[in-house]
Amino acid sequence: MKYLVLVLAGLRRHRSRSLLTLASILAAFLLFGFLDGVRTVFGAGTDTYGLDRLIVTSRLSLIQPLPLSQLARILALDGVAAAAHANWFGGVYQDRRNFFPNIAVSPASWLATHPEIGLGAAEREAFLTTRAGALVGEDLAARFGWRIGDRLPLEGTIFPHRNGSNTWTFEVVGIMRATDEERAAFAGELLFRYDYFDEGRTQGQGTVGWYVVQLTDPARSNEVAQAIDALFRNSDAETKTQSEQAFNLAFAKQFGDIGLIVSAIMAAVFFTVLLVTANTMAQGVRERVGDIAILKTLGFRDGTVCALVVAEALALLLAGGCAGLGLAALALPTLSRSLRGQLPPLAVGVDTWLLGLAIMLGLGLAVGLPPALGALRLKIVDALARR
Amino acid sequence: MVELAGVVKRYRRGRQQIEVLHGIDLRIAAGDFVALMGPSGSGKTTLLNLVGGLDRPSAGTVTVAGRRLDALSGTELARWRARHVGFVFQFYNLLPMLSAWRNVELPLLLTGLSGAERKRRALIALQLVGLGSRAKHRPGELSGGEEQRVAIARAVVSDPKLLVCDEPTGDLDRHTADDILGLLQALNRDHGKTIVMVTHDPKAADYARRRIHLDKGLLDAVRAA
Repeated sequence: MKYLVLVLAGLRRHRSRSLLTLASILAAFLLFGFLDGVRTVFGAGTDTYGLDRLIVTSRLSLIQPLPLSQLARILALDGVAAAAHANWFGGVYQDRRNFFPNIAVSPASWLATHPEIGLGAAEREAFLTTRAGALVGEDLAARFGWRIGDRLPLEGTIFPHRNGSNTWTFEVVGIMRATDEERAAFAGELLFRYDYFDEGRTQGQGTVGWYVVQLTDPARSNEVAQAIDALFRNSDAETKTQSEQAFNLAFAKQFGDIGLIVSAIMAAVFFTVLLVTANTMAQGVRERVGDIAILKTLGFRDGTVCALVVAEALALLLAGGCAGLGLAALALPTLSRSLRGQLPPLAVGVDTWLLGLAIMLGLGLAVGLPPALGALRLKIVDALARR
Repeated sequence: MVELAGVVKRYRRGRQQIEVLHGIDLRIAAGDFVALMGPSGSGKTTLLNLVGGLDRPSAGTVTVAGRRLDALSGTELARWRARHVGFVFQFYNLLPMLSAWRNVELPLLLTGLSGAERKRRALIALQLVGLGSRAKHRPGELSGGEEQRVAIARAVVSDPKLLVCDEPTGDLDRHTADDILGLLQALNRDHGKTIVMVTHDPKAADYARRRIHLDKGLLDAVRAA
């Protein structure tokens, strides 16, 4: 601890350079905190225990349809309270950049299995009775300024309409409001009736994208999930039953290997931090050759001087890294809430902190050791002569 | 106190080997104040570095306070310097980010003293050189003379028997130089410090008890000041 004053003095020598380096380290570890939080969620197991809703998809692929005939057999299973079905539509509103999920659902059973969807009685009734009726989430309605009674044309990108056009027209009959913030992903979605969709499409009639199964007892979720998959094993449409969260993650993973993408981004970020910090340290030590020679003259041993330089690099990395991860830990829950249940809760966990600390130590040694070895080899007489 | 026998120092410059000192024999008694004089390139600083344990001879022996410095390893030499010698340089060589008392404290960091005791001793050393009131100032806030006083306080804070001074007044005006030389003289006279001082300045050399002249790597003459 008595050498701390020398470590801090070294960092204060060029205050603005040290602060800028500190800021770049902070930004890198803030990003690391966010991304590793996401990576952890995507890397988590897909246990279904304790969940009241399961999702059944094709075992082969999320985009492989399942026959609607499976619904009755699922409903007949012990432990199943209700079941609904859905199909991804993939329609575009005006421009591809206006992306939002639009899904054809079985109206009554969908609302029964999703009690968190807040609807007025009139809206519910309108959805159950209006063939081209659509429910839009409150966020989506706010985004486009939609109101009940509006007619929305969506361009079908996967499913052309039987009438020869790609345009499907829907009527907004209700605005879905969140009653449970943890399960409010529908706030950004548009739901419409499966029967309208199935009649209008040109192919794939009688098939669905996935089933949603409501359980009588969440404690039996693993057992029911296995029973469903066992029911269709060795059939033409084998199933994969998983929790709603695992399904959401699998859906997002369709866009790429999230873990690999995150790791690649982090590798690039840390490589940049390595260069920036290494430059700061190298410049700092080069400018302080005289100071280092004085310390050696006074009797500081080579090892002590070497350790002081490494400690400077470690202090920079630990201060910036811990501040960045700390900020991420504070900000991530807010970010998580803003996703409204689309992903499991995001947080900077113990594993992320440990990995972060290991990276800080690794980077600290990597950027501190080369100039420290230079300081170790420094000849007092030569350095003093140059001063 | 200091004994050099047959000391040769060679440097390699590219493929060339340059001999700077050619077999120096020298004795300096404890309590002496020696001015080492000579033209530029005569080898004064090289000789001072050998006496202060900053460098090793290519041949010959250097014995200071009973220790053969030429036989010590780098680590042993560092430990020896910390205990037995104080350094004063022409350009003060203070660490600019540390206050005066923190600069003076530096040699004490290598001891087992507590923080409070280190600070107490550093402040006493600053008072000894007349800078007790400037303890919290950084080098950039001090005059050249004050900086050199801080450097002298740093040199004596661990109470070494030997002070080696390389042109300690070379960067100061006459009046300030006289103050600094008076201070060194007092340290020699009142505190028994053995001082070896390199200087170009004959007036500075007047403060020493005797002068040693070095020319082209050879001792020219040893005369009483």
